[in-house]
Amino acid sequence: MMLIPCPWCGERAQVEFAYGGDATVKRPADPASASDREWHDYVFVRDNPKGPLDELWYHAAGCRRYFRVRRDTVTHAILASTPLPEIT
Amino acid sequence: MTRYSIFSLARNALSHHERWPLAWRSPEPKPAYDVVIIGGGGHGLATAYYLAKEHGITNVAVLEKSWLGLGNTGRNTTIVRSNYMIEPNAHFYEHSLKLWEGLSQDLNYNVMFSQRGVINLAQSDAQVDAMQRRGNAMRLNGIDAVWLSRDQLKAMVPLLDCSDHPRYPILGALLQPRGGTARHDAVAWGYARAADARGVDIIQDCEVTGFRIDRGRVTAVETTKGLIAAGKIGVAVAGHSGHVMALAGLRLPIETHLLQAMVSEPVKPCFDTVISSGATHCYVSQSDKGELVFGGSLDGYNSYAQRGNFPAISHAATGLISLFPSFSRLKLMRTWGGVMDMTMDGSPIIGRTPIDGLYLDGGWCYGGFKATPGSGWVFAYTIARDRPHALNEAFSLDRFQRGFALDEKGMGPTTGLH
Repeated sequence: MMLIPCPWCGERAQVEFAYGGDATVKRPADPASASDREWHDYVFVRDNPKGPLDELWYHAAGCRRYFRVRRDTVTHAILASTPLPEIT
Repeated sequence: MTRYSIFSLARNALSHHERWPLAWRSPEPKPAYDVVIIGGGGHGLATAYYLAKEHGITNVAVLEKSWLGLGNTGRNTTIVRSNYMIEPNAHFYEHSLKLWEGLSQDLNYNVMFSQRGVINLAQSDAQVDAMQRRGNAMRLNGIDAVWLSRDQLKAMVPLLDCSDHPRYPILGALLQPRGGTARHDAVAWGYARAADARGVDIIQDCEVTGFRIDRGRVTAVETTKGLIAAGKIGVAVAGHSGHVMALAGLRLPIETHLLQAMVSEPVKPCFDTVISSGATHCYVSQSDKGELVFGGSLDGYNSYAQRGNFPAISHAATGLISLFPSFSRLKLMRTWGGVMDMTMDGSPIIGRTPIDGLYLDGGWCYGGFKATPGSGWVFAYTIARDRPHALNEAFSLDRFQRGFALDEKGMGPTTGLH
């Protein structure tokens, strides 16, 4: 089973986590003035690399925090695991 | 091409079956083709076959990075059905099912299509309502659908636990009698042989590494066997759609996910249909060799690995045993994984792209096998005429932007939910 290093709890089994998908998707900064194209890209379009991917994981059966993981989609090797920046 | 028949079988028996010709040639690629199809799985080979057969375009190459059917064509669980509710899906998959019904004769190759019925179990009141609604929609579209009571189901599949004991008791089921299974490898080989006989070049061991695009029009593909010029290029690479289209600079409403399947040790015939359960995330059929072929849901994270983790296997096996307690002592013989191009609405993308001359047939999620003949048929039409057929008009790449997503279950833009 894949082991995922939670930045708060350490390495835990994959079944403790829920997947949050592509971490690079950004909601349009000004929703009211965003074009259809920008909304389309935000809602539907994803980078889908064969190789390293930045993604979100949620430690559902642990600290219940989201964090960011860089993982290789071919080897499943985890290259980095970092907390999300604090929202102020 | 030697036609396969009782006579050719008898004739070759006299030479101890040592003189059968190869089923297809393995030519070196020519410098240019009218149409290049990327991907030598069922969909790509079917597209090449129908380009030649229906549209008279025979100067065609199919490029396969490894060998035929090594990807999802050889990794699926062979189920064929057309039990869809919303209109574009219903008509497209029904057209595909009709092609399946004549496929062995058309290809002169036994694809072992077995219309043993496909059963969807209803295990909650909400599922009963949803399935009866879907069954009615199917019948209005001229597709066969039968509602089965628990007693009728029990009579058809005696080993199924139809008692009140399970966590999700079975309340009834939707049956599509014309659904069933087919031999997946034979589909790739049959289309390859039939396409080759009509002049299509099938080139294995030839990976595409880039596209040449001149003023918004595709002109050639770069491959591990050199540059190949092409008037038109069709991409049918399933789980690698995102990867290959990125070579042409396009981003798609697709994530690539991992799906596993498995077989048990072979046992004597014990049920003669296909059972699937949304409540327990499991579907199962019995192969002609006697193995139980089953699978469940996605592993749940982006992956191109073609191999999965244990929790998904355990989940599928748990679901199977809750449906069929008597299977609990069977040993798992083999598990494997394939990578799925999951779209944001769960429906495929078949059509033109923003680059002229470049066409996409992908986004098959975990349902591509049953679509193989229909997909090849409409994709060939789209490439030959440079416009979609009425059957795939709704599956355009730009439907997400226009607000016409085809979300069969109303799940929203989360790939893993479809």
